[in-house]
Amino acid sequence: MSFSDDQLTIEGLSAGEGSGRVLLLACGALAHEILALIRINNWTHMDLQCLPANLHLTPDKIPDEVETAVAKHRADFDKIFVVYADCGTGGLLEKRCDDLEVQMMAGPHCYSFFEGNEVFASYAETEFAAFYLTDFLVRQFDSFVWKPMGLDRHPQLLGMYFGNYEKLVYLAQTNTPELDRLAEQAAERLGLPYERRFTGYGDLANELVAIT
Amino acid sequence: MSDEEEDLILSELSDDDLVLQMMDDLYDGMKEEIIESVNILLERGWTPYDILTKSLVEGMAIVGIDFRDGILFVPEVLLAAGAMKGGMAILKPLLIETGAPRLGKMVIGTVKGDIHDIGKNLVAMMMEGAGFEILDLGINNSLEDYIGALEAENADILGMSALLTTTMPYMKVVIDTLKEQGKRDDYIVLVGGAPLNEEFGKAIGADAYCRDAAVAVETAKELIARKHNAREA
Repeated sequence: MSFSDDQLTIEGLSAGEGSGRVLLLACGALAHEILALIRINNWTHMDLQCLPANLHLTPDKIPDEVETAVAKHRADFDKIFVVYADCGTGGLLEKRCDDLEVQMMAGPHCYSFFEGNEVFASYAETEFAAFYLTDFLVRQFDSFVWKPMGLDRHPQLLGMYFGNYEKLVYLAQTNTPELDRLAEQAAERLGLPYERRFTGYGDLANELVAIT
Repeated sequence: MSDEEEDLILSELSDDDLVLQMMDDLYDGMKEEIIESVNILLERGWTPYDILTKSLVEGMAIVGIDFRDGILFVPEVLLAAGAMKGGMAILKPLLIETGAPRLGKMVIGTVKGDIHDIGKNLVAMMMEGAGFEILDLGINNSLEDYIGALEAENADILGMSALLTTTMPYMKVVIDTLKEQGKRDDYIVLVGGAPLNEEFGKAIGADAYCRDAAVAVETAKELIARKHNAREA
């Protein structure tokens, strides 16, 4: 299957033939990782449907979009699992999923569940001034960070946005030298010290195993 | 910007046209032009209070409305705020000298474990523009920071901001501590930040959740008036 990151950002993705018993209803930013896990584990009973990743720029819209997608696909699957964490919805997505009687990922956001929610929480006291990127965000740095913040047009705003950050931490799902290079470049552009931590798929893998 | 606008000489505009032009310049984030216009109005004998309220605050109100309506986005609002800040820097000492009306005192800051301050800074600036005295504690504030400042400054309002779902529960820690210490009713508590909502504000015992800077100003004015009325009754 071929799809671009731009497609995942703006349009989302429909992967699978609808023949699986379980639908993973996910954020487009997680498509590569989820498809890798499906492939590695041969989870032929799982289909993937992604909402546009750029919903993260307006998180208040996520619960309604998830509800619409659940309603659309519920009759075709035995189970729907929502592959979103809280993602800036302030608990509203969790409440909506409870109302819809579907399960979702635990944790505040994908940085946390990739690292492992417990491990990430242990950094809370010491690393709150870190700006995080994942593989997807490294690839989509311009679309998700630089342009929406207007830094392409108004570079003088950089200090207002990032003046309080102390470092950029790249939470790497894969060992990809090209992504390392791009992440380091992103840190330079933001004027932040760079750090890389390999996370693999973290709790994403654990939770998907748990629902198989 | 058109050629016509580039040729505009601010000092040649009438007061009314200059005020309208200031609103345009504020909307476009043109800090230098705002500074120049503020100085022109001061030279013409305008009071700092009138310049602030009739041009800058009204101009930022338009920015706020267009942000709420999805016409303007965060970068444009920040540029407008930067322009207003330029004007405020001139007016602030003059406002203190001339004894402009003060509506109340607010202690504001981002909660412990959170470094995000863009929204908080906008609220502080708009509150200041509306006539509130502001003590901005900055980022990463503990309950001791908040409560210490409230008492030291004899403040009327506490404003707490958070951007992260992981840090917003700390607001409840601060409010619960105020309750335990029997001080909760001494202060109006306003909370805000992207992941918050009205339900959360109610659940933690805040007086109000404010979704943006304009709402914060209106809410603060209303609650301060109510507090004063209650004292007088």
